[in-house]
This record gives sequence, structure tokens and C-alpha cells, in this order.
Amino acid sequence: MSENIGKIIGVNGNLLKVEFNQPVIQNEVAYACVGAGDLKLKAEVIRVRGNSAELQVFEDTVGLKVGDPVEFTGDLLSVELGPGLLTQVFDGLQNPLPRLAEECGFFLQRGKYLDPLPRDVKWSYTPKCSVGDVVIAGDTLGTIPEGMFDHCVMVPFNLRGKWTIESVKPAGDYTVEEVVAVLKDDKGNTRECQIMQKWPVKMPIKCYAERLRPTESMASGLRTIDTFFPVAKGGTFCVPGPFGAGKTVLQQIMSRHAEVDIVIVAACGERAGEVVETLREFPELTDPRTGKSLMERTLIICNTSSMPVAAREASVYTGVTLAEYYRQMGLDVLLLADSTSRWAQALREMSGRLEEIPGEEAFPAYLESVIASFYERGGVVKLNNGESGSVTIGGTVSPAGGNFEEPVTQATLKVVGAFHGLSRARSDARRYPAIDPLDSWSKYPSVVDLDKVAKARAILRDGSEVGQMMKVVGEEGTSIDDFVNFMKSEYIDATYLQQNAFNETDAANGVERQKYVFDRLLQLLGTKMSFKEKGDARSFFQQLTQTCRDWNNSEFQSDEFKKIEEQMTKALAEVSDYAE
Amino acid sequence: MQNKVYHRIEQITGNVIVVKADDVIAGELAQVDSAVGVSLAQVIRLENENVFLQVFAGGRGIGTDAKVKFLGRTMQIPFSENLLGRVFTGSGEPRDNGPEIKENMIEIGGPSVNPAKRIIPRNMVRTGIPMIDVFNTLVESQKLPIFSVAGEPYNELLAQIALQAEVDVIILGGMGLKHDDYLFFRDMLDESGALSRTVMFVHTASDPTVECLLVPDVSLAVAEKYAQEDKRVLVLLTDMTNFADSMKEVAITMEQIPSNRGYPGDLYSQLAARYEKAVDFEGSGSITLLAVTTMPGDDVTHPVPDNTGYITEGQFYLKNGRIEPFGSLSRLKQQVNDRTREDHRTIMDTMIQLYASYKETLEKQSMGFRMSDWDTKLLKYGEKFEESMMDITVNTPLEEALDNGWKILADCFEPAETGIASKYTDKFWPK
Repeated sequence: MSENIGKIIGVNGNLLKVEFNQPVIQNEVAYACVGAGDLKLKAEVIRVRGNSAELQVFEDTVGLKVGDPVEFTGDLLSVELGPGLLTQVFDGLQNPLPRLAEECGFFLQRGKYLDPLPRDVKWSYTPKCSVGDVVIAGDTLGTIPEGMFDHCVMVPFNLRGKWTIESVKPAGDYTVEEVVAVLKDDKGNTRECQIMQKWPVKMPIKCYAERLRPTESMASGLRTIDTFFPVAKGGTFCVPGPFGAGKTVLQQIMSRHAEVDIVIVAACGERAGEVVETLREFPELTDPRTGKSLMERTLIICNTSSMPVAAREASVYTGVTLAEYYRQMGLDVLLLADSTSRWAQALREMSGRLEEIPGEEAFPAYLESVIASFYERGGVVKLNNGESGSVTIGGTVSPAGGNFEEPVTQATLKVVGAFHGLSRARSDARRYPAIDPLDSWSKYPSVVDLDKVAKARAILRDGSEVGQMMKVVGEEGTSIDDFVNFMKSEYIDATYLQQNAFNETDAANGVERQKYVFDRLLQLLGTKMSFKEKGDARSFFQQLTQTCRDWNNSEFQSDEFKKIEEQMTKALAEVSDYAE
Repeated sequence: MQNKVYHRIEQITGNVIVVKADDVIAGELAQVDSAVGVSLAQVIRLENENVFLQVFAGGRGIGTDAKVKFLGRTMQIPFSENLLGRVFTGSGEPRDNGPEIKENMIEIGGPSVNPAKRIIPRNMVRTGIPMIDVFNTLVESQKLPIFSVAGEPYNELLAQIALQAEVDVIILGGMGLKHDDYLFFRDMLDESGALSRTVMFVHTASDPTVECLLVPDVSLAVAEKYAQEDKRVLVLLTDMTNFADSMKEVAITMEQIPSNRGYPGDLYSQLAARYEKAVDFEGSGSITLLAVTTMPGDDVTHPVPDNTGYITEGQFYLKNGRIEPFGSLSRLKQQVNDRTREDHRTIMDTMIQLYASYKETLEKQSMGFRMSDWDTKLLKYGEKFEESMMDITVNTPLEEALDNGWKILADCFEPAETGIASKYTDKFWPK
């Protein structure tokens, strides 16, 4: 094998300029050898000019010098796909962090790369194909139980055309590197299939029959989202908000309660402390749907803010590629990326070092297309075997100064199907989740009827207008009808939009409950009420809000739940105006 | 090996000089000997045989014939017990008249902690300041900025915390400090005897810009070592806005494309790399980080406080000499305030809610509305609250502060008016 070796001619931050003689590939992985020694730093080719290539290094470049060798590998930046991914914690380049900690202690060590999938673990493999079968890329060769799923071992995604199975290994225990089938195409080429395969992260996996429209809603347990601004399986949504508005808490709630098979959390350039909570708490929490540990359906990609910037850029792609891999098995996957702004900033840093002509706020001009092609990797697909799988992508955005008129938020809004805008005013008033009920939108179907949602939204809008007016004219200058409308909208807010993340029952509501409660709510709002004075209206709604909060905290259809419901009906009867 | 000396400076721009040299490694230190004295310099860029060096003492006075000697090592800082009680510059030179320390050199700007090794924070750091201890508890391994504006007593607050905080070692990093402020810190710590557990790295406003950039790194490198020796370390940095401004200055001289108000595009990553050094080592010590960030024009959307807010675990707003109860937030307080005293959360919530009502009443009062009985009670409460709970110059243990809170409530209200559950009022309401 002739090795392709280049020579460093420039170092600028984490950007290397390398002179080469043999052909190089754009986005190829290379290793820069510090002082020609054993310490090798992973890098990626990002621009080629004449016979010099520019590489972004995924690590600190201290210690490199002009003349140091660079080994080109000929492979694009790839991830390993196979059993053993779930429950793992990887960095942006798919380094397993817990195993890294075992070897290196507290600190991440530069130039230390471990195999993402352990090579010594044996998996119990059952073949699902036989000699003579004709297969194409993405077809299942066999299965391996991984936690609560049957992990499919598939025909490598990069094979083109039809292949015939030449030989198959019998059921048994194998490591990920073992060949379990040999394929042959009509030209006589043979190909050995290992349990594990590799796939370049920046390419979408496209081994499916067709892409479908996302229509089935993905229940998240959050009333504001499921009822008002729903997300569909295979849909995309974004959560922009200023700091302290609760983006990360919202994502944590979703990662716990979302009705999907697998959740991939890509912590991208955010606080390490937040990942730690997920890391330490998930193994202890049980998934209410399966009764197993939540960790069994979770995979964490963790490239926190202090970890190298270039790897941060790779981390969202690593996340989405792993999501696509599980989608190929007919599973519903939710990818939560926190935060896409940090990822965009990583792009900006690199663009700056490359001295590209900057766009708005110095973000590169290709920012929009990069964001668009990332979100486009979400979707529902019909697989070749007729099953369907989906990748739902939710990204948080951290706009500078909380102002949504900035390039990353705007570019994201163009391509997502739902927008959950968090507002500072709501979070300051401790109204969580702080999703703005007037500004947010969704293009996906809600779990309740559309016209009912429209009614509730109209009341919220009216209430907000009256609220604005009252700030000017005071309570005295407001008519009692307007005031009651205001109280109604406050009531929806307090009892339906707001959810107490710390209460076990209130934290997440199933679809059934949401439908039932929302119907009751509308019934109440549709009732014509008469009050003598505003004070009466206020105390009535205050009392009702308090009761309804207790209702929210009681188990659905439990005795307590029914009892409180009765109380509310009675209270309502006392003020309703039957005269009309 | 004899280090080669280079005589010919090719280019001088601001604090950056360029020499032609070979066998130079990225990040290497060099000694620049010129008419104005000897200074350290660091390699910041390599391009063919051109080596770009950032001169710590600045470019002023450097001749094209200055001597540049490469030292074959990267930036290091000494670490030993002897650091305690001493004051150094950003590049590690003594600023007091003490001896130079050269033992046990350690690298600065080391790698990040493996997230898999982090643990959920669990210990409170007592500061004796009720607005912090009661309402926004500081937690070991937390990173918190103090958002303030020029003219506010933020340095006094930091000094106060340094004196009162229950920690083993204090590292004070001063960036762009006025010389008076530096002397204030030194004298105050000295008088109270806290200097013996303090290491100071100070860059004053008149010192070279580049040294300002080093202050957080050296402070945190030393803090990391102490923390690994089982010490609870509190790092106090003031003022991070000066640090960011120095970064801006250097980036602009290097002709980097600015992103937002002239700041470099990697402002977030640079700040995060420092703040994320706050950590609790399982089975060993910890680093807690408090950093002053002055907001130019009192604007929290300015790039420096804005980026900081996204990195840190909450923030304190220091305004009109008080820590604002609204806006200030310790994101980690929930981890500890359920284990201090059973009434802690109740007092925290109730007093803030009532204070918010007081503010509303004040507004009504200023608009000329008639004051009800309830309003009068609130006004009385608000004054008492501001007077005794919001004072930042006191040293009150948490328990005493909580008792004090009950006393104020009892002075102004009936138990039922506070909305506190009777199981607490029965036990704690002063008779």
C-alpha cells in the first residue's frame, strides 16, 4: 500500500496548510503527526488549492511545526454503525467517552482515539437470509438483540445494484468485525459483509423506497406542543430562545417522554453540566412505555463547549447519521440537537480562518444551505421491505441577544415544520414551558381537532390584547366582558399551557388525557358567565385555577381526578349565565 | 541544544512580530530582546518559514534588529504551595517584591475534562451574603458571572466573597484592573488575613494587552492543580469584558474578520473554554468560578454578557449596589437548597413573591393610586427586606438569615397572608 503523506507548511489556530504530492479527496480524513512522532491528530481536508490542502484539525494544534508529516487516509469522516451504539456516550467524532475516561482519567487526552464499537464483545447473531437470495443495499442479513430492539445487520449502504448471497454464517456469537455473509454481483465481484459497517457522516443514507409526508404526530407529553404546536414523526422543529428561557430543560423533557423508539441527544457546544444530568439520571429513570431504563433507548453525542470546535461541527452530522442508521431498521428516532447555533458558530470560525468573504454577522454565505441540508435529513421513509421508519429532528437555537432576527434563526425557520419560540417575558414570569403561544407555529396536525385549537388560540389572542390595553387604561377602564376574556386566556395559560416539570403527573400528559382535558377546557371557555364585579371574576378564576392545578397533578381517571372534575363542574354552574 | 537566535524582524504590526525561522513549533515561547527590554512572546501562527509571534510586552520599542530566541517549550507557570499569598503578573512574573518561583512548571490551557467523569454538583458554597446564600445559592463547581456596570461595587463584592466564602484556596485573576483596585484587593485581603490562602494574578490597565489574555488561563491552570490536591478552590475573575476586549484587539491586529461589534467569531468558544474549567473532581477537590462581566451601556444583549449567559449556570445582576432578586439566577440552587434547612425553599419563594408584589405596589403608588391596607403592609415589608436582606456588606450565616426572614414576615404580615403552608408557620413563625 503506497501511503499518501503530505508536509505541513502552515499552522494557524486549528487550520493546517499541507503540501501534498499524490491526489487528495475533499473532506478526507488525515492525521497530523506531532514532531513526526506517535502523537497523531485527526484532521479533515476542507479546501484544496493547487498542491496545498487546508485541513481543520479536531484538536489543539500546539506542538505541530512546519515540515511535520501528515498521513492522508483516503476515507471521508465516517462513523461506525453496528450493535453497541445504544446507551453509549460519544464525542463528536464518535470516541466513546466512558472508555476514554477509564484509560485517561479526568481529562480528555489529545490524539487519543478509541474504537467506537468495542471489538471484543460477542453478539448473538441470527441470520435472516439464505444463500441464493438477491439483495440490495439496506436489506437485512440477520438480527442481533440489542437491549429491547432487534438490531438489524444490513447489506452495506454503499453497495450499488443487485447482489446474490454466496455464503452465510450460521447463528452464533460473533464480534462486530466478523464476516457474516459474502455477496456477489453479476459481474463476479464479491463483497464480504461484517456485522459493522462504516458510513461517511456528511452523506445522507438513502437506502429506502420512498420518502413520505410526515403526518402521524409524535406525542411529546407537553400540552403546548402536542395540542397547539405539534411535531410529526419525521418532522423537524426548532426551539429558539434567549439564555435562561428553558431550551435545555424543554429538550430534556422531550428526551424523556417523546413517543419514539430511540432518542439521540446531540449536545453540541453547550454546558457540560447539562449532559451530566442526562448521563447520571437516565440510567435510573424508567421509560413508562417499556418499563426499562430510559438509557436503553438513548444515545448521547456530547461535544460540549470546551471541547474542540471542529469536532463540534462534526457532532451534529454524527448524530443524524446514527439516527438514519436506526431508521433503516424501521424505528422511529428523535434527534435533539442542542444547540445548532454553536454548530453554526463552529462553521463561522472555520470560515474566518479560511478567509472566506463573510455574510451576515460574519457567518459564511453557505450557512443557509448547510442548515437546510441538515434538517432535510429528517423525514419518514418507506423502506424497501415495506416497513417505515422516521427521523425527527429538533434543534435549539441560541440567538444572540435573544433576537430572532439573526441569520441562524432565520435560516432555520425557513426549513423546519414547527417553531417553538421561547420568550423571555414568559420565562421571567416563571411560565414554563416558555413557548410563546402567539408567535409559535406548526405545520403538522395536532392531537386535537384543528377548529378547537383555533378557538383556544383566538381566546389567547383576545386575552393578550385586553392585557395590553389594561396596562394603559388600568382595570377600571376595562369592560367586564373584556376582563372576563382576559381571565379566560390567563386560565388557559395557567392550567393548560403551563406544565410543572417537577411534578411526576403534570410533567407529561398522554394524548388521551390531553384530548379529554382540552375538551373540558373548551366547554368551560364556551360557557357564558356573568359576574357582578371584576373582583368576583378574579376570585372565581383564581379559585378555579387552583383547583385545576390540583386536577393536573392527579392521575388521569383516578378517583381524585373525577372528584376534582366534579368540583369544577359545580363551581362553573354557579356562575354560568343560563338566561341567554 | 543551543537555541538559535534570530536577528531580523520581518514585520511589526501592533503586538505581533514576524521572523523567518525554522523548526519552530506552534504555541512555542520565545524571548524577544530589544532596546526596551526583554519580553516573552508566543508563536501564534506558522506560514512556511514565517513565524508570527505575539509579544507579551507589546510591540512598542521593538527594533527590526531585536533578538528573538526560541525557548523550545510552550507557556508554563510554576505551581507550589509557595504561590499562596503572592501576587503575579499575567505571564507569571512576581508583582510583589517576593522571589521568583521556578519550581514544578505546569502547562496552561490544558485539555477539557471528560464529560463522562463529571458529577452532579451537590455542595453549597456559603458566602455569608443572604442574597446569595438564601435566594441564589452558590454551588461548588458552579460558574457564575456577576453582570454589572462601571461604577458599581463589583470588586468590593468579590473581595467580600473572597473573605467570607468557605473554601480552601482563592485564586484572584484581575484583568485590566485599575491600579487602585489592585491595591484595594491586596490590602483588604492582607488586613483580614485571607491573603495567606490567596494567589493573585493581576493585569492592570496599564500593562500590555497580551498579558491580560493570559490571566484566566494561568489562574485556572493553578486552580486545577490545587483542586486535584483535594482543595476546594474559588476562582474570582474581574473583569471578563476586559479579557474579551483584549481578544478583540488582538484579533483585529491579526486582520481576522470580526463577527459582532468587532469581537472575533470564536468569542463564545474562547469564553466557554475558560468557564468550563469549573469542575468537581470526584473524590478530590473542586473549582468554583465567579467572574465579573461589566455590561457596556448596561446592555445585557452586548456580545460579551450575551455569550457569557449562554455558557454560565445562571447570573447575578449587581445594580444600585444590590444583587437584584429578579433576573439573578443560580441554575444549580435546586441541587442543594433542599438539604440546608427545611424552610429554605419556602422562605426563598415567599419572600421573592412578596417582594414582587411590593414592586407592583410601588408602581401603583407612583401613579397616584390609593393605598389599601394590604399595600401599606407590602410597603413596610419591602423596605425591611431591602434594608436587611439585600445588604451585600454583611456576613450572616444562612440559618441566621432564614430566621431573619421569618422575623421580617412576622413584623409585617399575619401567617395566612403569606400563603406559607401551615406546617412551616407552626414551626418557624416567631411567637
